[in-house]
Amino acid sequence: MHNKSVAELSRELESGKISSVELTRQFLGHLKKEDEQLNSFITITEDEALADAHAADEQRAAGRATRWTGVPFAHKDIFCTNGVATTCGSKMLANFVPPYDARVTENFRKAGAVCLGKTNMDEFAMGSSTESSHFGATTNPWGLSKGEKRVPGGSSGGSAAAVAARLVPAATATDTGGSIRQPAALCGVTGLKPTYGRVSRYGMIAFASSLDQGGTMARTAEDNALMLNVMAGFDPRDSTSLDREVPDYTATLDEPLKGLRIGLPKEYFAGNLNAALEEQVRSAIGEYEKLGATVKEVSLPHAHLAIAAYYVIAPAEASANLSRFDGARYGYRCEDPKDLLDMYTRTRAEGFGAEVKRRILVGTYALSAGYFDAYYLKAQKVRRLIQQDFIDAFREVDVLMSPTTPSPAFIQGEKSDDPVTMYLEDVFTVAVNLAGIPAMSVPAGFVDGLPVGLQIIGDYFSEARLLNAAHQYQQVTDWHQREPQ
Amino acid sequence: MQWDIVIGLEIHVQLATRTKIFSGSSTAYGAEPNTQANAVDLAMPGTLPVPNEQAFRYAVMFGLAVNAEIERRSVFERKNYFYPDLPKGYQTTQLERPIVGPGYVDIDLANGETRRVRIHHAHLEEDAGKSLHEDFHGMTGIDLNRAGTPLIEVVTEPDMSNAAEAVACARKLHGIVTSLGICDGDMSQGSMRFDVNISLKPKGSEILGTRTETKNLNSFRFMEQAIAHEVERQMDILEDGGTIVQETRLYNGDRDQSRSMRTKEEANDYRYFPCPDLLPVEIDDAFIDEARNSLPELPDARKARFMEQYGLNDYDAGLLASDAKLATFFETTAERGKDAKLASNWVQGEFSARLNAEEKSVADSPISGAQLGDLVVRIADNTISSAGAKKVFEALWSGENDNVDAIIDARGLKQVSDSGELEKMVEEVLASMPDQVAQYQQESDPKKRKKMLGGFMGPLMKASKGQGNPKLFNEILVKKLGG
Repeated sequence: MHNKSVAELSRELESGKISSVELTRQFLGHLKKEDEQLNSFITITEDEALADAHAADEQRAAGRATRWTGVPFAHKDIFCTNGVATTCGSKMLANFVPPYDARVTENFRKAGAVCLGKTNMDEFAMGSSTESSHFGATTNPWGLSKGEKRVPGGSSGGSAAAVAARLVPAATATDTGGSIRQPAALCGVTGLKPTYGRVSRYGMIAFASSLDQGGTMARTAEDNALMLNVMAGFDPRDSTSLDREVPDYTATLDEPLKGLRIGLPKEYFAGNLNAALEEQVRSAIGEYEKLGATVKEVSLPHAHLAIAAYYVIAPAEASANLSRFDGARYGYRCEDPKDLLDMYTRTRAEGFGAEVKRRILVGTYALSAGYFDAYYLKAQKVRRLIQQDFIDAFREVDVLMSPTTPSPAFIQGEKSDDPVTMYLEDVFTVAVNLAGIPAMSVPAGFVDGLPVGLQIIGDYFSEARLLNAAHQYQQVTDWHQREPQ
Repeated sequence: MQWDIVIGLEIHVQLATRTKIFSGSSTAYGAEPNTQANAVDLAMPGTLPVPNEQAFRYAVMFGLAVNAEIERRSVFERKNYFYPDLPKGYQTTQLERPIVGPGYVDIDLANGETRRVRIHHAHLEEDAGKSLHEDFHGMTGIDLNRAGTPLIEVVTEPDMSNAAEAVACARKLHGIVTSLGICDGDMSQGSMRFDVNISLKPKGSEILGTRTETKNLNSFRFMEQAIAHEVERQMDILEDGGTIVQETRLYNGDRDQSRSMRTKEEANDYRYFPCPDLLPVEIDDAFIDEARNSLPELPDARKARFMEQYGLNDYDAGLLASDAKLATFFETTAERGKDAKLASNWVQGEFSARLNAEEKSVADSPISGAQLGDLVVRIADNTISSAGAKKVFEALWSGENDNVDAIIDARGLKQVSDSGELEKMVEEVLASMPDQVAQYQQESDPKKRKKMLGGFMGPLMKASKGQGNPKLFNEILVKKLGG
């Protein structure tokens, strides 16, 4: 059962071959055993999952089943879950149990899905390796067979590792600068970051509000479509969510790709790009040509400014978003504060990890009097130019394709002491967040036994087209079905 | 040295919306601490703000009432600072694109002139919660019921040059927001909070001096005192050759003292930036027209109407029209009492004095406009004397009885207006005071005669057990004593 997709499990449940309770027991047993070496979960919610599975079986018996009823999955530990600890990978929230659901959580609950637990992540989604979690690093299942402990990418590394290792068929994730696509690429799974505003951010703990977007992670494009069907939609509680019709994302998966115009941004095939990885990506693009697509080179002239702009805007927003973690109302509070200032300073000094503190400092600096114009305002102007680059490119082509990351999964600890090298992991992904457009990462081969991701970028609200492109590719390749040993 | 005083105001106006500016919690005052704070108000992780349309409508109504431009695209910003009653660690406010642009109000001065005070802008923002230091030994209690209550902050230009003008401007704005019904105007509960910026400059100088900001002025009286206090403080410093420190000062009305709260150097760098959780708010013509059409009568128009309809003079009409609740109270009194001038005197006199003495607002008054109107009727038809009327007023105020005629009966306050009866009393009193009668009749100075007439009133009132109509007594006396 562990190798089955959401679509397949849904059919199994539908046919009555297995009940949700049986399925959930199987998955929980496997998960508890396998996760010891991966550490992809922060919390496993065994009791809640079994209760939900019972309820799902009853729903099905009552004839009220959806495609998700009784299907196991997991939430990234950034989505608030009523009554279940939601830590965001931080000591600051290690004891935090929200009395409310995120909109995304609520949607899965309504659909009848069975959440097995909360997946590990970089603290407050700040990182590209899931090494900055207060609950320990997650290990990429790829490489374990050679005795190597590689990173799963981040910040949604727990979700990616769990899906890759068949602990769950699907997991929610979030992407602020590449946090869905980069771990999906490094773990060999399929992930989608939707258009900004497509999925409600209510109850999704904020890192950088104008960039954060909840999205999907599963092995197949079809499962990503099933997830997005549940997640997408307007939410009156999120002023930045868009009141726009949600299509059935599974309905267009089978459309042929003949005539699809693919653009290859020349700036994304340069720099420190690993040569073997580039070869895999170009070979994947070759498959698309065989499927009837046309390919041309395009330019995103401001691509080289994306990382710099991102690392001003994201920390600036984060510096304010994380001010609420002050020890006053919930979460961590230092022992025996002398006075108010002592409570603030020690709570935050002890409660936040190094990378979070670094970004709060950077963001605070960028917003300070005398620096605001030179950093924050300039970065916003660059952001506008980057957005315009994409708008221009989509006048000529339907989708853009590139490697998701410059290189495959690296060894744990390799980049921990060098934040800038770590930030360059996002070199091909951050521009998409700055522009607010959707993008996917699709498994496209291996380099030295490690997965390679193909990034597919689309225009605003083109999720259906991206999923269609990924699905068609997965009909002629089996990279997404390879299983780590 | 002669000094020019330069005063500007910053006014926080709590908007009387049913719910908060970015959440669905109630804004009602006086609930148990933290019972009106939901996950958004508590800044729980992942929660997000959603703007309250009514707050925008109220802000636009205010803008129209002060003749201001309405900004079609207003942007919320985050003002970052740490404080326990500020749950998010930033206040959501407006800086670069406030909803209300430049406008003005005209204020009436004591000398009959009118002065225009320009409004720099007014912006929408959320209120903070309250820190309670008194009830928790060695700790601070936090009540977040107020957190997220919508405010408009109104900033005037420094167009006022003394305390009276500043108070007149404050009263004018108070009258406007209460007339609009966008704020209950209760200063003691902090529904309307005035901060005063004051600086001094040598008479006639073009260069503004260093200013201070005085906070915590929870009544117009304290505001006037605080300005006088601060002007004197600055003058003393300047005349001793010192310099004014730019700072925020906290005024203690009970002691008529102020102390420094923070200086400019200690001020935070608030690191304002546009709030990414809220999109810019676009306001269209239809919204503004709707707000314009919903504007009620404003103090200036009401004043003109009071002069026209009730025949009040400029001063009385201006004062009664300035406050919406007072104006309504007056109109009820006048309609019921059928004597507008007398109603005006009683509302501004006994009634207002009593409210002030007990630090009550019109809304808290134990007596209604209709009751005061009934009292006015009985004064006008000579049933009771003004001394008797004060006793009736007391009885109404204390709640002894809520019916004017019942009080008059119970207390025996009905004055004797039967002229035959009164004439008899006058004759008896005059007969008992022959010396005084003689003195009066020998006196030729009318002023002195008038004074001497008063000497007979005491015994007459005594003889009538206080129930004789003084006006009639007077008339009879003059007649009997021979002009």
